[in-house]
Amino acid sequence: MTIAGSRIEEKLYQNRYLVDSGRPHIKVRPHQKPSANLLALTRVCPAQCYELTDEGQVEITADGCMECGTCRILCEASGEIEWNYPRGGFGVLFKFG
Amino acid sequence: MIKEKFDAIVVGAGMSGNAAAYTMASHGLNVLQLERGEYPGSKNVQGAIMYANMLEKIIPDFRDDAPLERHLVEQRLWVMDDTSHTGIHYRSDDFNEAKPNRYTIIRAQFDKWFSRKVREAGATVLCETTVTELVRDGKDKVVGVRTDRAGGEIFADVVVLAEGVCGLLGTRARLRQMPRPKSVALAVKEMHFLPEEVIEQRFSLKAGEGCVIEAVGTISRSMAGLGFLYTNKESISLGIGCLVSDFASMMESPYVVLDTLKNHPSIRPLIAGSEVKEYAAHLIPEGGYKAIPQLFGDGWVVVGDAAQLNNAVHREGSNLAMTSGRIAAEAIVQVKSRKRPMTKQNLALYKTMLDKSFVIKDLKKYKDMPALLHTNSRNFFTTYPQLMSQAAQTFMRVDGTPKIDKEKATTTAFIKARSRWGLLGDVVRLAFAWR
Repeated sequence: MTIAGSRIEEKLYQNRYLVDSGRPHIKVRPHQKPSANLLALTRVCPAQCYELTDEGQVEITADGCMECGTCRILCEASGEIEWNYPRGGFGVLFKFG
Repeated sequence: MIKEKFDAIVVGAGMSGNAAAYTMASHGLNVLQLERGEYPGSKNVQGAIMYANMLEKIIPDFRDDAPLERHLVEQRLWVMDDTSHTGIHYRSDDFNEAKPNRYTIIRAQFDKWFSRKVREAGATVLCETTVTELVRDGKDKVVGVRTDRAGGEIFADVVVLAEGVCGLLGTRARLRQMPRPKSVALAVKEMHFLPEEVIEQRFSLKAGEGCVIEAVGTISRSMAGLGFLYTNKESISLGIGCLVSDFASMMESPYVVLDTLKNHPSIRPLIAGSEVKEYAAHLIPEGGYKAIPQLFGDGWVVVGDAAQLNNAVHREGSNLAMTSGRIAAEAIVQVKSRKRPMTKQNLALYKTMLDKSFVIKDLKKYKDMPALLHTNSRNFFTTYPQLMSQAAQTFMRVDGTPKIDKEKATTTAFIKARSRWGLLGDVVRLAFAWR
């Protein structure tokens, strides 16, 4: 069962962020074909930061990232992504948490 | 930037870090606490239930000014299928006591309060500061940290790693391994705001009383997972967590799973008309006893979620975090008072003390539970909940079918789904993992 009208943008819109413009804290390394785990991130990332391009590669836009670390757990060891915390004070700022 | 050398640096201002910093500062140690968020709590996410006993051991009079939401008088444990829930509810007026046992809290507010106590105890708290690396001497002893602020290194006799479940420092320094996908859950939750009196009406509560629901079943779509609903003063925390390995292998979107839970006929009326003000995600350590890493070394200790100290069966985490932070701090205070160096040998005292506490004893009790639930997730999180719902409905519905036939139908359904040996095996395995 899928929920009609369930949009991630509406959820993330409620959150407070201080985006460190031009300094994304997560990067996807260049790749020919994404591994199963990297491909899974296009579904599993709770902020849906990962997207599959028309060329079949996985890209990230980290602005809505909640810094949960799921992608790090799945893809850092293989070297497919580079993961750091945002600089101090930047990133998601939970009002309630 | 900071020239002085500290007795201790605490990395992180969550439950374990605040407990450690508070305890050490209260004993007169010169403590620096570093937090990457804009304010303590801005990066922290929890359900959240706070257990009074463990906080009392740190701040006995916390009820005087801590931001507490509701004290719990009722707990509902639900097994759900797509249209129903079967539940065990426990509600007692005994929980309306002078010093209640469990409270719901909102972490961003609670952590600010805890941090104020840490500062009042004499620690220096520096926010908006991400620690990027541990500094080690020639003998590999941890002697301080590097941060993303200008000015480089800060030194201390000991570094307390309270850096949370995803802690980068300890894993990058190879003090412990990164958690594996099957030993962490990803939880997503929303904050649903409703007027105080509406919450009290819907859950039959008096002012200040709270109710929690925790649920397993088809809501986790065969993944090992748990849904939860906690009543705060004027909001409801609603969320669900499932293993990261299951999310990845089943390619599920966490927010779709959450929205499905919200639309379940047993949940929807409870949050009807609410205004959602936040959507949060966080990892939860689920590996249990067998996933606990090395807890101490030359110049460092690790506490809380970073040390995987979480009791998934009882859904306790922050109390284990607080307790491990306090005990690590007490061990450090003891080593310091004997004028001994913060070596691996001397800091082993932390592990000795923690082993004697409920933290390790509880995790040891359930050491086989994660493997059981995680490898048989389909049985425990879909098949049995469906069977239980069918059995309950068959039992309740009065339709002229002779009762003996109804019982036979239920027994046959269980055997068909899991076989006699399968059922027996599940019971035996569950009993062994529980004892």
